[in-house]
Amino acid sequence: MPSNINGDAIFGIHADAMRLHRQRMEMIASNLANADTPNFQASDLDFQAALAKAAGEAGGLATTNAGHIGTPGAADGNAAVVHRQPNQNSLDGNSVDVQREQAAFADSAVHYQASMMFAENRIRSLLTAISGE
Amino acid sequence: MSSFRIFDIAASAMNAQSVRLSTVASNLANAESVSGDPNTVYKPLMPVFQAEASAPGAPPSADAGVQVQGVVQSTTPPQKRYEPGHPLADADGYVYAPSVSPVEEMVNMISAARSYQNSVEVLNTAKDLALKTIAMGK
Repeated sequence: MPSNINGDAIFGIHADAMRLHRQRMEMIASNLANADTPNFQASDLDFQAALAKAAGEAGGLATTNAGHIGTPGAADGNAAVVHRQPNQNSLDGNSVDVQREQAAFADSAVHYQASMMFAENRIRSLLTAISGE
Repeated sequence: MSSFRIFDIAASAMNAQSVRLSTVASNLANAESVSGDPNTVYKPLMPVFQAEASAPGAPPSADAGVQVQGVVQSTTPPQKRYEPGHPLADADGYVYAPSVSPVEEMVNMISAARSYQNSVEVLNTAKDLALKTIAMGK
């Protein structure tokens, strides 16, 4: 059991996962919004890299001076953004595949809900422990 | 940046697609608005979409919405019809009809409607998730 109660100790990886899934859903929403925009490049989150980065950030070293060298995990959160390779090139240079984006959005939404459920169960077990019933 | 950025993105898409639907409606409504002068005849309208950027010329961010940069008039020449009995006919008996292609407009309409529906789906899913998140732990 964690001796001190902080967000990371309670929710584990799920707090980061929810944040990243929200970010990913924003990016997919942007792709869908720009499905008819000429020359728009669809982007997505490399979820594994982003999560590894988020996990690294939590245990990484803070850089408080310009001379400090950041740990690999402390890089900016946008480094895990990747461009989609379209299945089929379109005439107007748009690389959004609407069906793939819809699937990715549903996938991200379900994963978000799964992480939310884990976090919620954690809250319930803590409440049970606190009330001692 | 709002904490519910996804709503802004979906709303921008719905706005853009409804502008597109309006231009389709306008084009179809004016498909038979003939004129005796090729310069004053109705020109089909087309919206130009662009990804929202934080500053002009800057590349759009990964969570960019969409905006209607402008509505441009088609440069396709109007159709020339020989109808000497038409009250608007010019001296040679010609009237000019806008170069509206009903097939193109219908396809545009379906595409816009589908994209709009997509945005509504995104908005509903995001709303459900946000509400569930707010109610977490209750």
